[in-house]
Amino acid sequence: MHPYQYIPATNITEAVSLLARYGPRARVMAGGTDLLVQLRGERYELDAVVDAKAIPELMALTLAKDGALSIGAAVPCYQVYEDEAIVAAFPGIIDAASLIGGIQVQSRASLGGNLCNATPSADGICPLIVHSAVVTLTGVGGTRTMPVEEFTTGPGRNALGHGEMLVKIDLPKPAAHFGAAYQRFIPRNEMDIAVVGVASAVTLDASGQKIDSARIALASVGPTPIFAKKASDFLAGQPATEETFAKAGEIASTEATPISDMRGTIEQRHHLVGVLTRRTLAQAVQRARGNS
Amino acid sequence: MTQTPEQSVRKVSVQCTLNGQPTEFLAAPYLSLLEVLRETLGLTGTKEGCNDGNCGACTVNVDGRIVDSCLMLGAEAEGKTIETIEGVAPAGGLHPLQQAFLEEAALQCGICTPGFLVSAKALLEREPDADEPRIRLWLAGNLCRCTGYDKIIRAVEKARDEMK
Repeated sequence: MHPYQYIPATNITEAVSLLARYGPRARVMAGGTDLLVQLRGERYELDAVVDAKAIPELMALTLAKDGALSIGAAVPCYQVYEDEAIVAAFPGIIDAASLIGGIQVQSRASLGGNLCNATPSADGICPLIVHSAVVTLTGVGGTRTMPVEEFTTGPGRNALGHGEMLVKIDLPKPAAHFGAAYQRFIPRNEMDIAVVGVASAVTLDASGQKIDSARIALASVGPTPIFAKKASDFLAGQPATEETFAKAGEIASTEATPISDMRGTIEQRHHLVGVLTRRTLAQAVQRARGNS
Repeated sequence: MTQTPEQSVRKVSVQCTLNGQPTEFLAAPYLSLLEVLRETLGLTGTKEGCNDGNCGACTVNVDGRIVDSCLMLGAEAEGKTIETIEGVAPAGGLHPLQQAFLEEAALQCGICTPGFLVSAKALLEREPDADEPRIRLWLAGNLCRCTGYDKIIRAVEKARDEMK
């Protein structure tokens, strides 16, 4: 393994100037649960690892008075799922944060790191998409924001430019009658990589019987997590019934572009998208009804 | 003389509290905490299993949270309070978990055992009433290829009851 320096940055300015100076020879470390494994496996070489855990903005977890949630890019998963107010308001995020790795990994791994690592099978990204998250990137040239679904650009690739880092993930306050859920299929009970993952979010009308709007996102069935726009659009105005969920699952399945690999086949993955879309919609609706 | 890459990266000095003792070490910045514990500090109770965060054999407690020490740099230990398997037993005796593991034969080859003990101790300290499903879920990040897990779960339940 190529030797690298460890540089704990204490503020964003320092971190981005290091990233600009080292270019692709440096990366930001949050929990390190992917980064250190990749370095050890010699997937790439670095001269410097910039630790973000001493940068206050990256470790800030804030549920604002107006109900919006801001997750610093290096906040470990356990801090998210051990906060009862966040658990109540952002169920889709909690489903993911509590099943990424085991307890040891959740002590360090962050949703921001899951996002930057940009694997198609990432458990953390689809729930952020259906919660309409917006990411903030800061570089030497300034700060920009984008919807989270635009951040990942390919397997292991993201929108970060030269000298740029992910600072935080902002989630708007969920509407009244909102519910969300994330489920994945794995051949074990815990500690595995999703064969397919689906996140669904719904906002119901006041009666709780009709879907006003929905968002569905698919993991592990394309080069990036996929925002299933057709299935999401279809759901607006539909009754919240099993028939509707099944139809949305069929549409979502057409939006998946899976490959066959050691974890599953194309056919199995198309099928699983349908099943998990149906199940996560049912769970999201159930949560929305309890959240009136 | 040409500088080798190893020479171009300077060692870092780290101060932490390790098993209750103020500890200082000098280590290359790219070494994992696991490598530092075993090779720099000679604490070989913490085991290397997979070295990529799957098996939990290298579990240690850092500031009250369990982590895989293979997935943390030794340099990150600066200012931290760390407990390894060497810090689990009280002076002159065994921790109730260790005693229960012996009595329930919750180990065979023993490589995973330090990780299970450190993980289970953290659980029982946080949740003294943890039930069987909770224990199984908490220990999902620790793999054992010998016991089939049931003996380990029974041992943790026994220790839980004795610690009350």
